[in-house]
Amino acid sequence: MDFGLSEEHLLIEQSLRGFLAENVPIERVRELREADCPNDRSIWSALAELGFAGVLVPEGQSGSGLSLLDAALAAQALGHGATPSPFLASGIMAPTALAAAGGSAADAWLEGIGSGDLVMGVAVTELFSVREDAGVQQRDGALHGSAMMAIDACNADLLLVAIDSETFAVVKTDAAGPEITRLATVDATRCTSEVVFGGVQPEAVFEDAGEAIRRMLEAGRIALAADVLGACEAMIEQSVAYAKERKQFGRLIGSFQAVKHMCSEMIAELEPARSLLWYSAHSFDAMPDETPLLACHVLAHLSEIGREIASVSTQVHGGIGWTDEQNLHFWFKRIANARHLLGGPEHLRDQAAKLQGFAPAA
Amino acid sequence: MDLEFDASYDDFRSEVREFLSKNKPPKTFGMSEEEKPSRVGWLSLLIEHGYWARTVPKEYGGYGDSPDLLKTVIMDEEFNRVGVARGLNAQGPSMLVPTLLTHGSEEQRKKWIGPTMRGEIIWCQGYSEPGSGSDLASLQTSAVEDGDDFILNGQKIWTSTADMAQMCFILVRTEPDAKKHAGISYILMPMDSPGIEIQRLETMSGSIGENSFNQVFLTDVRVPRANVVGKRGEGWKIANTTLKHERSSLNSNAEGTLVRLANLMQKETIGGVPAMASPLYRDRLMKLQARALTMKHHGMRMLTCSLKGEPAGVAGLIVKLQNCQLSFDMAALALDVMGELGALYDHSKYERERGYWQALSMFSLGLIIGGGTAQIQKNIIAEHGLGLPREPKPAKA
Ligand SMILES: Cc1cc2nc3c(=O)[nH]c(=O)nc-3n(C[C@H](O)[C@H](O)[C@H](O)COP(=O)(O)OP(=O)(O)OC[C@H]3O[C@@H](n4cnc5c(N)ncnc54)[C@H](O)[C@@H]3O)c2cc1C
Repeated sequence: MDFGLSEEHLLIEQSLRGFLAENVPIERVRELREADCPNDRSIWSALAELGFAGVLVPEGQSGSGLSLLDAALAAQALGHGATPSPFLASGIMAPTALAAAGGSAADAWLEGIGSGDLVMGVAVTELFSVREDAGVQQRDGALHGSAMMAIDACNADLLLVAIDSETFAVVKTDAAGPEITRLATVDATRCTSEVVFGGVQPEAVFEDAGEAIRRMLEAGRIALAADVLGACEAMIEQSVAYAKERKQFGRLIGSFQAVKHMCSEMIAELEPARSLLWYSAHSFDAMPDETPLLACHVLAHLSEIGREIASVSTQVHGGIGWTDEQNLHFWFKRIANARHLLGGPEHLRDQAAKLQGFAPAA
Repeated sequence: MDLEFDASYDDFRSEVREFLSKNKPPKTFGMSEEEKPSRVGWLSLLIEHGYWARTVPKEYGGYGDSPDLLKTVIMDEEFNRVGVARGLNAQGPSMLVPTLLTHGSEEQRKKWIGPTMRGEIIWCQGYSEPGSGSDLASLQTSAVEDGDDFILNGQKIWTSTADMAQMCFILVRTEPDAKKHAGISYILMPMDSPGIEIQRLETMSGSIGENSFNQVFLTDVRVPRANVVGKRGEGWKIANTTLKHERSSLNSNAEGTLVRLANLMQKETIGGVPAMASPLYRDRLMKLQARALTMKHHGMRMLTCSLKGEPAGVAGLIVKLQNCQLSFDMAALALDVMGELGALYDHSKYERERGYWQALSMFSLGLIIGGGTAQIQKNIIAEHGLGLPREPKPAKA
């Protein structure tokens, strides 16, 4: 028994971090803020070439068939770099659902996703939070209604849309597809959209897909938690570095206890969360019975400590931390957006309670 | 990440289970003299089977096996399942023994480790003094060499279990003229030596819970020179080994406490409705469960580091801070769930679980302070874990 990362894990983490630091530095992220969609296909192609588009796609289908822990470490690196990419939808959630649902259509799409040629967004928000009366219905084969806060949809080729907890459909995003409008959020590093269906014909509808949808959400939640962890890590690193160079009252601010304690409190929350993340991601492949509970808890927990770390690390920087010029806010906002992307902490904890019979199942 | 149990571990688990079904642990399991026969009997039996002192070398009275994380986890799980402590949670086994294994002489290891692990000798920790708590290195208790002995004079305070202990690992100043950290020695002092007076200090938790808290006055106490651990004047370094073990030994079984808390919330009713049915209390419970799971798995990560001999770095330094606070917060929720009945204590009518939660709340507050306060922990994390600059030295008044 060995609770920790292997050499191979560390290699994935380090190689991706190195690549991102060189090729997608924060200046590049800043540029992408002006783009129509931050999910720049050239970044995604490069990530695909490194094998990350198909990290969860089986080896026979042009993927690398790795574990969710590997994928989570990649998500963590992307969060650390505040890197825009459709990794959450196209790298994690869609392939998980398709692989679990199976069938020839799913296989063909997996193949395309694995090579990075096909990007797939996901519209799943209504599974856990219905706002503005959104929701998708199927009538006479066609899809009607709308979905809010679809993830990685606007620069995608296909969209996976959850109709209810047992059914999902796949639609093309071409001219005959749904109307996809990017919704500007605080977070310039992630793509979220509103999707209006208006009678779109789906490419396929997967029924009795409750298990596939559940696994998709679990994988997505764990990967999103990893993304938040990476973002927190980046914010703490920047804070500690700043505390070692900024002087006030003739002293480095890091020698003031108030500043020291802010930094130690942040790391004291983050390090154990890393252990929980490793275990949760590992459970997805090795102990799937444990995953439903862990996926809720790991994301809810990282959402909570993420908000605190985002706030405190900004405070460590003083006024400059609050400016646009200092890049810190890109991470602050990425963490803020992630908090509700796959279910807010209150919802996740309610789910966790239901799973254990502490609350009546809905 | 490899958390597979192969078949041989299943055998090990059944073996532990069978042991626990066949052998009744003593009812009480504390450090008092009356409990000694049952304590020693039980601990010796555990050592014989390798469930306690498992990795302590045979020649020092241990079981002498190599470290195995999985077996440790299995033993903890099985002992937890039947609600029996796996060993003695006391300062001797958790702090002194690892210190002797690192710094003790061969003779000291042979003499003290076995009896300590078997619970024959209860130890107390004589570090703090009235003027020297957080600033431990300012301690004043003196030890002057006289023939084959040192003669000790001074006062220690907050010495847990001093009234039940046979021995004390004590820090004394042997070089009064040396710099603050350089003049300290680490000595093993028999508590029945003439000149030791123990005065009990009452704690806020009163009669519930088994902690005892004392002041220890030393007047011309003679301790053999052979009882110095390491070299004379090197006590600070050795004390720090002990403290490191104190901080990492606090793996407080948060998961077990959480289960107990969940049970309370299902039983305790407010207006005839179980507390668990309240979304407010339930949400707090789930928040705590996330933290408990976090610390549980962090504990496994730390155990892996220690068994592989890898430094845990900053991830190790934060354990005490987090665990003690979590324990306090779990007790706080339990007390809130009990509401006005949460103030009942000392076995008054309507009191729940014989004051367990009230005692836990106060005891974990004590642990937040003891062994280095939360603020001192944060200094250590910042300076040793994150490399932030040290506090500037205060200007001379
Ligand atoms: C339950 C319990 C059991 C104990 N058992 C033992 C035992 O067995 N043996 C033993 O020797 N001792 C024992 N102690 C003593 C314990 O180690 C000390 O209480 C502790 O180190 C704090 O010292 P102090 O009480 O003098 O507080 P002080 O040092 O006076 O601290 C008071 C306050 O000032 C803060 N403070 C002090 N210095 C700093 C600093 N540099 N930076 C920031 N804040 C600072 C502290 O955090 C605290 O909030 C025990 C204590 C408790 C509560």
